[in-house]
Amino acid sequence: MVDADPGLRLSRRALLRLGLLAGGGLVLGIGAADAEQTDTPDDAASTFAPGAWLRLHGDGRVVLMLARSEMGQGVTSALPMLVAEELEVGLDQLELEPAPVAPDYVNRLLGEQATGCSTSVRDAWGPLREAGAVARTLLVRAAAARWGVAPEACRAHRGAVHHPDGETRLGYGALAEAAARLPLPESVALKAPAQWRLIGTPQHRLDTPDKVVGAARYGLDVRLPGMRYASVARCPLSGARVSAWRADAARAVPGVEAVLAVRHGVAVVARDTWSLLRGRAALEIDCDPAADPAADQARMETRLRSRLDAHGAALAESRGDALAVLEQAERVVEADYSLPFLAHVCMEPMNCTAEVSAERCVIHVPTQAQQRVLETAQRITGLAPERIEVRTTLLGGGFGRRVEQDFVADAVELAQRLGRPVQVVWTRADDLTQDHYRPMTCHRLRATLDAEGLPRAWYHRIVGPSVLARLAPDEIADGLDPTLVEGATALPYALPALRVEYRRADLPVSLGLWRGGARAHNAHVVECFLDELAAATGRDPLALRLALLEDQPRARAVLERVAALAGWSQPPAPGHGRGIALATGYDSLVAQVVEVAPRAAGDGLRVARVWCVVDCGLAVDPDGVCAQMEGGIAFGLSVALGERISFAAGRVEQRALADYRLLRLDEMPEVEVELIAGAATPGGVGDLGPLALSPALAAAIAAAGGERQRALPLRLG
Amino acid sequence: MDAMITLTLNGEPVRLDLDPDMPLLWALRDHLGLTGTRFGCGEGECGACTVHLDGEPVRSCGVTLGEVAGREVTTIEGLSPDGRHPLQLAWIVEEVPQCGYCQSGQLMSAAALLAAHPQPSPGQIDAAMSGVLCRCGSYARIRRAIQRAANPEVHNG
Repeated sequence: MVDADPGLRLSRRALLRLGLLAGGGLVLGIGAADAEQTDTPDDAASTFAPGAWLRLHGDGRVVLMLARSEMGQGVTSALPMLVAEELEVGLDQLELEPAPVAPDYVNRLLGEQATGCSTSVRDAWGPLREAGAVARTLLVRAAAARWGVAPEACRAHRGAVHHPDGETRLGYGALAEAAARLPLPESVALKAPAQWRLIGTPQHRLDTPDKVVGAARYGLDVRLPGMRYASVARCPLSGARVSAWRADAARAVPGVEAVLAVRHGVAVVARDTWSLLRGRAALEIDCDPAADPAADQARMETRLRSRLDAHGAALAESRGDALAVLEQAERVVEADYSLPFLAHVCMEPMNCTAEVSAERCVIHVPTQAQQRVLETAQRITGLAPERIEVRTTLLGGGFGRRVEQDFVADAVELAQRLGRPVQVVWTRADDLTQDHYRPMTCHRLRATLDAEGLPRAWYHRIVGPSVLARLAPDEIADGLDPTLVEGATALPYALPALRVEYRRADLPVSLGLWRGGARAHNAHVVECFLDELAAATGRDPLALRLALLEDQPRARAVLERVAALAGWSQPPAPGHGRGIALATGYDSLVAQVVEVAPRAAGDGLRVARVWCVVDCGLAVDPDGVCAQMEGGIAFGLSVALGERISFAAGRVEQRALADYRLLRLDEMPEVEVELIAGAATPGGVGDLGPLALSPALAAAIAAAGGERQRALPLRLG
Repeated sequence: MDAMITLTLNGEPVRLDLDPDMPLLWALRDHLGLTGTRFGCGEGECGACTVHLDGEPVRSCGVTLGEVAGREVTTIEGLSPDGRHPLQLAWIVEEVPQCGYCQSGQLMSAAALLAAHPQPSPGQIDAAMSGVLCRCGSYARIRRAIQRAANPEVHNG
């Protein structure tokens, strides 16, 4: 039941577009802010439909175009909830269709049609609810006009408008065409939180049933008539070129149809994946240069460490004269930290399937960045954008890797040259050795401690290679790469004098966006350092944080609540140790306590329990938020305990999963998650879950009497 | 063709004219249209391709068609006739999958565990399930869902 509240003006009315759907129906689009604004209700469906978010068909079907990629984070449920809530349909009455590339689908928080950085729900929160409300308002008006009653007296419920007589009703399908001919309302009533029946209530994910019977379709499951499978051997060094190749053995493999040089290496093409993998294994390539002594682990680590002392760095944030305070302080604590390169390791190896003809290009791809896929195809084929279609499949993991275009370029180039559909499949070794890694970084933190044990001045230098140098060099201003400093600046803690700086030290390794980005680096070192400051004065690490968060009620709340859950005020059992950490980002906050315990047999510790309290404001799908936290804890633990990419003479040393240690189920601790709503609007959660885990674990190991470790991965002894 | 390989696949007899050295995974995915069994590494490390061979969980990337000839293979598509195996139902109730890519392997591993140990201990669950990697970190929910499927009266009563 929706009460009419005409006071709420439509903030995006100028961007809304209403149109008729062929066959009798309604389409509603929400333009991007900078897209061409058309406000003509009579737009033909053919020109209008590319930007449509919502389609109400004459037969009653309600279709939501899903413009964000499902990579496990739950957009296939959270975004439909927003529309269904206001449209007054059940989630079971909504069909989802992957959106094509169109300006209307731009993620306003990212500035392109893409999924990542925990933006999907925050971006959709206003527009999708308004779209649902506008459609519902029009449907109610259409019904009221047909019946000759006041719209306010009618009620929308489960896909139908109900007459005031309590008996008569009209389904949305029967009203859609009439509704599409009405003028857009000047204002709509969004439901008050007390009226919500979906938002804030645990809902079953719409994608789960397919995923438990093997029917879910990922990129590697695309099967097209005449399709061939292909794999590209690349040089192990970024920047190296194939100087020679020997393909006789590969060509001799039954099922291998071609071996050919392509832009990024040498491709093997085969009739099935097994022939392909055997052909790839038999192919030999020589590269020029064959090795790069500069891309050596020890040399690169030395290079970064030396920049901790070097003169000159880009200023990321400054308050007071931190350096002068540090200079004059009686007591200064200093610590250097180092974090390794990391790979993404999506469980579904990189892949892309393309069909290219002289007139048309269709790309089936698990991607986080549809717009870039279109641009890649445009660049390779020369086709006009309207002749290129991007069909997004489910993603078997993303974590930032599927923003990249290397696998897309392989598929488009091969499909064009072979004149038939091609599925490019990366091997696991390709995936590990040809990644765009999370950068290795070094950090120096320095702080004064006053008589109360509080830091009066704070210094943080970040040393690392630039990520944006490859991805978006224009966004580097004054030597500052924001993707290295996020999470080190704008800390919630009261630090009267502060200096955060970034010293760029590029390394011959391709780098990319990685879950949490620099927030994952910086949450680790900032929180580890706070724990060291507390230890230096014997102060409780929770009390130290609370003392620095007096005017940060949300941060205090998550810390105090997680401490209560963990029984922080009671000492842990003998031999156990607990650590606590806070992380913020994406308009959300998370606090975690990790407890380590002695292993039942033998030496060392195990991670026994994790308590997690998250404040993401309004949790649209509370169980989805819990799942992101539980999964994020596993992800963070995997990073904390085992993940590391290293180089020898330019080659990645980890070529198989056996070499890159990911967390397994028997290492998963008991996890308890609780949600706090410290704001009325949603914050992001996809990147949040892992952030506090590794610093809390490092603190727990130290608290249990273990060594204070300043490098990841951590050792449990 | 005298080189035909015959096996029982999801309860049905199947005859295949394929190289006996081909791993079962690729026969399923590329030749039989059963893409629910996933390719994660091809090296027996990730477990995403787990199927049942005569009821035992095996990595389908690591067994050849020659080795499965004459035997019974069950894939995720054949785990239950209607998608209502107690584990599949528990997976839905507990909302286990995130990206979902590993979940066929998780479910097939869990089903083999419950067939051998209808009331598995936590230690048995950990031992049986640690061979299948989940990058999204659904491990806590996998444990809960197995317990739910093993003890329906506790969870559903």
